[in-house]
Amino acid sequence: MNIITRRSVLATGTAVAASLALPNFAMSAIPVADVTPPKLPIESGATLRVLRPTKFVAPDEVIFRENIAKFTAQTGVPVRVDFVGWEDLRPQVGVAANTGAGPDIVVAWPDDPHLFSDKLIELSDVAEYLGKKYGGWYSLAERYGKKWGTNNWIAIPMGGSGAPAVYRKSWVKEAGFENFPTDHAGFLKLCQNLKKNGHPSGFSLGNAVGDANGYANWLLWSHGGFLVDENNKVAINSKETIEALKYAKELQSTFIEGTLSWSDASNNKAFFAEEISLTQNGVSVYFAFKTDPNKAAQTADTDHAAMPLGLSKTRPESALILNAMVFKHTKYPNASKEFIRFMMEQEQYEPWLTGCIGYWAQPLKAYAQSAVWTSDPKIAAYRDTCGNEYWNGYKGPISQASGAATADYVNVQMFAAVASGQATPEEAVREAERRAKRFYR
Amino acid sequence: MNQAEALAWVAPRTQSNWLQRLLDWKPALVILCLTPALGLLLVFLTYPLGLGIWMSFTDTQLGKPGVWVGLENFQYLLTDRVFLNAVWFTIFYTAAATIGKFALGLWLALLLNQHLPFKSLIRAIILLPWITPTVLSAIAFWWIYDPQFSIVSYVVVDVLHWRTKYFDFLGTPWPARWSLIAANVWRGIPFVAISLLAGLQTISPSLYEAAMLDGASSWQRFRRITAPLLMPILAVVLTFSVLFTFADFQLVYAITRGGPINSTHLMATLAFQRGIPGAALGEGAAIAVAMIPFLVLATLFSYFAIGNRKWQQGGSDE
Repeated sequence: MNIITRRSVLATGTAVAASLALPNFAMSAIPVADVTPPKLPIESGATLRVLRPTKFVAPDEVIFRENIAKFTAQTGVPVRVDFVGWEDLRPQVGVAANTGAGPDIVVAWPDDPHLFSDKLIELSDVAEYLGKKYGGWYSLAERYGKKWGTNNWIAIPMGGSGAPAVYRKSWVKEAGFENFPTDHAGFLKLCQNLKKNGHPSGFSLGNAVGDANGYANWLLWSHGGFLVDENNKVAINSKETIEALKYAKELQSTFIEGTLSWSDASNNKAFFAEEISLTQNGVSVYFAFKTDPNKAAQTADTDHAAMPLGLSKTRPESALILNAMVFKHTKYPNASKEFIRFMMEQEQYEPWLTGCIGYWAQPLKAYAQSAVWTSDPKIAAYRDTCGNEYWNGYKGPISQASGAATADYVNVQMFAAVASGQATPEEAVREAERRAKRFYR
Repeated sequence: MNQAEALAWVAPRTQSNWLQRLLDWKPALVILCLTPALGLLLVFLTYPLGLGIWMSFTDTQLGKPGVWVGLENFQYLLTDRVFLNAVWFTIFYTAAATIGKFALGLWLALLLNQHLPFKSLIRAIILLPWITPTVLSAIAFWWIYDPQFSIVSYVVVDVLHWRTKYFDFLGTPWPARWSLIAANVWRGIPFVAISLLAGLQTISPSLYEAAMLDGASSWQRFRRITAPLLMPILAVVLTFSVLFTFADFQLVYAITRGGPINSTHLMATLAFQRGIPGAALGEGAAIAVAMIPFLVLATLFSYFAIGNRKWQQGGSDE
């Protein structure tokens, strides 16, 4: 999903990061309301420990650290930040929550605040201030920031990584499509033609947290299927799901070999090596091309588009939200809140957003006016990532159950079982229903 | 002091204090010496194990205490095809990998026991797969098995032109299972080979000389001298190897994460996936606890079946 090959980052990432992080960064004219920040006097002697997922585009870490240095310079609060591997974050957060010790602030994954909601400090004051000042929160950010069914913010979403289609223009054109298709039939036709021309597409159905869930969710939602209904009842066993499974089976035969074992990095590698012409990914694939001076032609030939809507009225995609939360065990709640507020203010936020060329798209609407989105029209597909109307466990609440069903790859494996020919759509959907019922008991 | 006085002198008997008396008292000394070891075992072994077993009877979630649910977790797991498949694959994985490791390891040990030039250098190199951190070798294998960038596919398809299509090592269940077993065998061979080599070197050469004088063939020498004398160490190495393989986690987690479609989940990887990313600590603990009977059985098997004393010493089993 959002992973850039190490080589490309090493080659050019640092240079880009350095140039983007220049002190004379010109800020965009972002519509900002005049709102007084909440009064949060920082405790004397405060120090903070922050934990966040590791970067996959170099500027993500460089600029994040610069902003932290600015916070320390302005407030005198020393901050230690640890970057941990994506899979290691949940175990570490679990330990912190269970023992009541460890980092004060965790910039965590979307579900985490909902798992540990009773161990967290309410952040409504900061969230409401930021919302008022920066044109309001995007819908998905609000869903993931508030405790489900209440108006209380338990986390501050800092950004969202989306996964629209990323494709090679010339090959899509060669396959007979001037514009990227917006319906299922057109999309299937496109993939068939791409395969025929020797430039197949590839979408992961392996146990890949980001990419496989993104693709499987698109299949399900664009056919009108959903895991649970509004009342939290498992509703996966529907004729819409069966249709989605049949479609997935047809589509699978047009892919490059081996997508059933693809991890999150596989499609990045294959796209960068020009083995595939089309996949679903965060901005990192394009970033890798764009920051490689030898890949100018490929950069020019790469573009993004929303995945076909199918039966859905809005984009059938969700986003990986970066969700900042403050544990009750912190000795410095005000300093923690101030830290999050500081990081979301334009002086800090916009350089970060721009440096990562929209890798973490903004959760606050005003930042849509940032120059980064007009500087390169090709990344426009990522701009409103946090406005997606779908979430993991759609249509039910965001909860432990929805997080667990995602972590156990229930949806992904339902599609993989049919796509690989191991199960009929009816068998696969019954198995998924059985597994989902365990989580939603 | 005159001589008589000197002869009569005895060291003044100092009144021993309570600490000295305590240390002279054997039971106290025993307790004192055992406490650190017992403490370590209790804190780092008994407590986590006990907690794990207790949790497996609750519905504990990450960050939330659970309530006692009795056997509910186990009852569910018995109906869960993913779990049953993981149990089956764990046993298969252990059996296949152990057979591979021992066949190749024993062969390697016999070769290394010969007089070779640069013997100690070769022995050191043999250990490399074992001393490489598992995750590193797992990542190396992950690249070797990559559907698009595999070195094996590259050589066979692009260099030798033996095939027209790249291998899909991990995309379908059986090739994925065998690929993982191959990786595990590669990692495990050095441990077996070096341990068995140590065993081989304890066998007295005079036995072989005597056998040769009696006209024994090399197969007879292996069958009648090497094999029985190697049995004690074989039993120990086998036990360790089975335990390591059965509880393997890193290789599978780094290479396939249990995919495709759960066909390569081991009990350990499934326990982690359900317990930590899935936040269902109780169920994860139940899966881990379900491994215990298998491990106990494997240990007992090694000790009683293969480690049988009489057989080791050349007597007949009866």
